[in-house]
Amino acid sequence: MNNIAITPQKKKAGLRMGGLVRELATNKYIYLMALPGLLFYLIFCYGPMYGAIIAFKDYAPAAGILASPWVGLENFKQFFTGMYFTRTLFNTLLLSTYQIVFGFPAPILLALLLNELQGKYFKRTVQTITYIPHFVSLIVISGLIIDFTMRDGIINDIIAIFGGGRSNLLMRPEMFRRIYVISGIWQEIGWGSIVYLAALGGIDSSLYEAARIDGAGRIRQTWHVTLPGIMPTIVVLFIMQIGKVMSVGFEKVMLLYSPATYETADIISTFVYRKGIEEANYSFSAAVGLFNSVINLILIFAANTLSRKINETSLW
Amino acid sequence: MKKDESISRSIFRVCNVCMMIALMIVCLYPFLYIIFASFSDAAELLKTTGLLLKPAGLSLEGYKAVLNNKDVYTGYANTIFYVGVGTTLNVIVTALLAYALSRKTVKYAKHMMVFIVITMFFSGGMIPTYLVVKNLGLLDNRWALIFPTLVSTYNLIVMKTAFMGIPDSLEESAKLDGANDIIVLFRIVLPLSTSTIAVMVLFYGVSHWNSWFNAMMYLPTRRGLYPLQLILREILINASTDNMMMDSSSGARASLEDVIKYATVVVATVPILCVYPFLQKYFVKGVMVGAVKG
Repeated sequence: MNNIAITPQKKKAGLRMGGLVRELATNKYIYLMALPGLLFYLIFCYGPMYGAIIAFKDYAPAAGILASPWVGLENFKQFFTGMYFTRTLFNTLLLSTYQIVFGFPAPILLALLLNELQGKYFKRTVQTITYIPHFVSLIVISGLIIDFTMRDGIINDIIAIFGGGRSNLLMRPEMFRRIYVISGIWQEIGWGSIVYLAALGGIDSSLYEAARIDGAGRIRQTWHVTLPGIMPTIVVLFIMQIGKVMSVGFEKVMLLYSPATYETADIISTFVYRKGIEEANYSFSAAVGLFNSVINLILIFAANTLSRKINETSLW
Repeated sequence: MKKDESISRSIFRVCNVCMMIALMIVCLYPFLYIIFASFSDAAELLKTTGLLLKPAGLSLEGYKAVLNNKDVYTGYANTIFYVGVGTTLNVIVTALLAYALSRKTVKYAKHMMVFIVITMFFSGGMIPTYLVVKNLGLLDNRWALIFPTLVSTYNLIVMKTAFMGIPDSLEESAKLDGANDIIVLFRIVLPLSTSTIAVMVLFYGVSHWNSWFNAMMYLPTRRGLYPLQLILREILINASTDNMMMDSSSGARASLEDVIKYATVVVATVPILCVYPFLQKYFVKGVMVGAVKG
């Protein structure tokens, strides 16, 4: 479009249309092929973006989006001044932070340890077995977590052996984040290590030799050769992780939380679900969701800029 | 000095192997537990505490209850529909769009790409999406689980990258022979991208198999359309095993409930776990394709 607008001889609207028609005609099959996919994006991605304006309206389903009255920032004001704003925002950020601080390094560590293993078959076996939790559906995983943390579940049995008292762990608000993060590591540690293992395999072995000749021990080799070697991979995955901060494990939280643990477990997206789908409070929850999307967008750009400055590696 | 290092090195190796073995046990045991518990006798299982190293008493009571549960059958049938039809449509639409985006001769390919990539960064959110589905009259309709997730942008980019890797000369010579784009796609590009397509089938298939949230949101009243995962959720998480218990006495209820729960998990998960080892290499490949692309 840019070229057409800038080139002076094509300024006439008729000519511009002619160009478009000619292009559509020469590549008619191509555009026909793209059509179903583009329609999907138009309806199910851009449709909701347009629909998000109900965040600034008092949406009444009977009247439709256009006819509903504008209310400005009323819905946002209601959210920011309401009692749930700090709680849900704080819980979202804290759960994400824990997830990143403890969950993100785990697969890197596993990959480094796997890389030190000698036997090829042993290594392969460890990998295959640690993938299993990733393959089991979230519903089953959550069912397991619920079961094992119950009063008479295995985890309580273990706590009892060490002299601790029994309790239903998932009903204790102070335990929720721990359960969420630890089970998350258990689910993804094996699967997450694949990418790092591949990156480790790509490091030039002559670098290790050079380091050895310079008298570097194993630990220094890891620090000066291995880690810089996989740094680009780490950075890219880290940015992607930051991009998920605001949508942190929504489904898993939905499955594991309960009114007893809302205090620590209720995050923005679960709040949106309860307000919007369960209570049909569409405009208010759309406003909360929009707030979430905007924060998310800012975080992605911030992470990308930061990594470009520090590491000269970025997604775009 | 040299000897010191080799000693510390062997200590490290032994510790490392021990840690790996511990990790394997932690990753595997919960699933062994489920299998053992599912074959257990309800009353015995209730009595045992701690680790279960073999079924507590042998009984198929749990499996009998599961196989008598109509919901499990309809759930299975629905999931097979969603996985089968959904994945087929996913792959077809994604491949067509990826082909269009990968052609260098297409003037508006870049514009289309921008149109698509924007959606990766910003979305309208859950509620507006729900309202779109609702206003299209798709609530309580099977297709509500298929259309709103028709194309995954991530998969689209993976596929487009694969298509772009195919040498232009092949396409050009075909075009000289009078082939149009449809023929180029089906006779040249797709046959050369079978492993990418396998990865796509897997990614889409697994996401349909595991999906439950859209079903919960978009099928508010049609329980008959529930996928297996939502039935599992009722049994595992909402613990509504009640309708399976009709004919057992209320005393054995609580304990039998557990066994039924575990048996359901086994019935719903084992078929998939049996297939995974064969698909694993494609999964790993898929992860790598995505990682290279970033």
